Amino acid sequence: MKDRFNLYRFASPATFYPLAGTLIPYFAAIAVLFGIAGLYLGMLVAPTDFQQGEGYRIIFIHVPASWMSMFIYLVMAFWAAIGLAFNTRLSGMMAQALAPTGALMAFLSLWTGALWGKPMWGTWWVWDARLTSELILLFLYIGYMALTAAIDDPRRADKAGGLLLLVGVVNIPIIYFSVKWWNTLHQGSSVNLTKSSMATTMLYGMLLMAMCFWMYSIAVALMRVRTIMLERERNADWVKAELAGDVQ
Amino acid sequence: MLEADNLECVRGERRLFAGLGFKLEAGELLYLQGRNGAGKTSLLRMIIGLLPPEAGEIRWKGQSIRRNSEDFRADLCYLGHLNAIKEELTPLENLLASAHLADEALSEDDALDALEQVGLAGREDLACKYLSQGQKRRVALARLVKERRPLWVLDEPFVALDVAAVDWLAGIISGHLQRGGLAVMTTHQLVAIPAGTVRELKLS
Amino acid sequence: MLKIIFAVIGRDLKLAMRRQADIVSALFFFVIVVSLFPLGIGPEPDLLRKLAPGVLWVAALLATMLSLPRLFADDHRDGTLEQLALAPHPLGLVVTGKVIAHWLVSGLPLALIAPVLGVQFDLTGDGLFVLTAAILLGTPALSGIGAIGAALTLGLRGGGVLLSLLVLPLYIPVLIFGAGAVDATVSGLGGEGHLSLLAAMTFASLGFAPWASAAALKIALE
Repeated sequence: MKDRFNLYRFASPATFYPLAGTLIPYFAAIAVLFGIAGLYLGMLVAPTDFQQGEGYRIIFIHVPASWMSMFIYLVMAFWAAIGLAFNTRLSGMMAQALAPTGALMAFLSLWTGALWGKPMWGTWWVWDARLTSELILLFLYIGYMALTAAIDDPRRADKAGGLLLLVGVVNIPIIYFSVKWWNTLHQGSSVNLTKSSMATTMLYGMLLMAMCFWMYSIAVALMRVRTIMLERERNADWVKAELAGDVQ
Repeated sequence: MLEADNLECVRGERRLFAGLGFKLEAGELLYLQGRNGAGKTSLLRMIIGLLPPEAGEIRWKGQSIRRNSEDFRADLCYLGHLNAIKEELTPLENLLASAHLADEALSEDDALDALEQVGLAGREDLACKYLSQGQKRRVALARLVKERRPLWVLDEPFVALDVAAVDWLAGIISGHLQRGGLAVMTTHQLVAIPAGTVRELKLS
Repeated sequence: MLKIIFAVIGRDLKLAMRRQADIVSALFFFVIVVSLFPLGIGPEPDLLRKLAPGVLWVAALLATMLSLPRLFADDHRDGTLEQLALAPHPLGLVVTGKVIAHWLVSGLPLALIAPVLGVQFDLTGDGLFVLTAAILLGTPALSGIGAIGAALTLGLRGGGVLLSLLVLPLYIPVLIFGAGAVDATVSGLGGEGHLSLLAAMTFASLGFAPWASAAALKIALE
């Protein structure tokens, strides 16, 4: 019990709420800075691709969005594991706050993938291994959000959702490899997404955009977790004090 | 034998109770009382280990029930407000199946004897869906006749029983206490249990 | 350890035998869904042969989904689930028994009737044999993974739809390798590799899924 005491205090909503509030503007500002730099590099500096023309520039959105969609799922699973192991209240709220952003990233990645596919392959959708896996990842996000939304008791929602996330994380590699294997069997290797000779400016542009998306995700997740905290703890003294302060 | 310290229960947004504790020794009965929604059933579910307390600890024979859960469950008999009988099975099959799944030795003769005691002689081979509500409750209670586990936890055991059955059940619980058993139960009607020390715990 | 698993299997089979209508309707659902496809796409044998593995597998997934919501719901409603959770064994073993019993009444009948439906799709010899073997080997994994979803959605509104949303994405590997085994056999590549992967998935999910389901059940019982 003693060693848990600190963790509880650290993860207590009353302490975390103001901390998150202070942090949000910083993360948002950093996201904007990275975004400007990344878009500048990607849109203006990076050379036109000799095969794909200007259309390829959508990868500056597409690739970071795909990275973030996978990364956010891992972060959610991490919070889920912490929540199930230590029974901390904050972890479940963090996982729930991240889910819509993760789903948005997965959707963005599919959408930009389709936009990219039209000029490159002449079709909006191909059953490419990565696109298919991304679609399944979107299903997993939607399943998580539907499950947590269907459970009225927030603590049970956190725990059940957490368990689903852990099951999902175990299954993602299996799903990914089976889809990849299925794809090579059915399609041959006519479609190759990655161009081996990627200009360094392109790489930097993508990394900057990935940082931008990362910071954006943190800022948005913190905003959402603050809302969740207020909603769940609306009867706690600190929330009442907080709301009274806002009214004045 | 059974001790609880500083228990706290939060359901949804409400704190039902906090700082609750009790101690129960062999041969003692604990009555949980309180109005609807005071947390009686929640406390029972904490005692049987299905609901983890927000704070505090429950110990059986000095060991935390959450840490030694299998040893604890081997000493526990729980009767909830649901009958836990299968409509498709006959009373006899229900008794045998539940004993079997709980890892208890129960012979067919013992089971028949128990059913006779609860007044279901002649109905052993009729699927439970054809029984009345009261009769189904009796099938559930028949489990207690041959039950020798030391800790009984009973949720509203006297509900929906006629006077004769209430007396009979009070007798069964007394017998259990006389053998050195412990019992925890919730009830609205206070029924006199002839034997054993009765403790009361009021939840408000 | 085996004793409790067998006790649960025995009880669940006895219950299923007294409610045979459920087994039969899931089986007919499978037959009807499979039979609708030729009506929708036309009777060309070449096309049907190519579609057969996928159609049969998707229908098998859906037929399994049909019986999943009741896997724990009946026991939950009448209070027996609490008693099972309070029995002095790990709950995971009880769930293992329930998963095996579920497979015996849902997956096994599908595998037995699959060759007949395969014939409708112009599969022959090896193709039919591998189809049956694949469904036999793959459906236990469906019951296992499905148990996790059934436990997570226990007692929720709209549980059945939610269950499909959670479970169907996790079924994709089984679908890919199950249908792939038949495909590979029909095209002369040999389906042994797929069948062994299916078997591996089944063993992994039978080892892992009951414990995850047990954890989910404990959450639902709080």
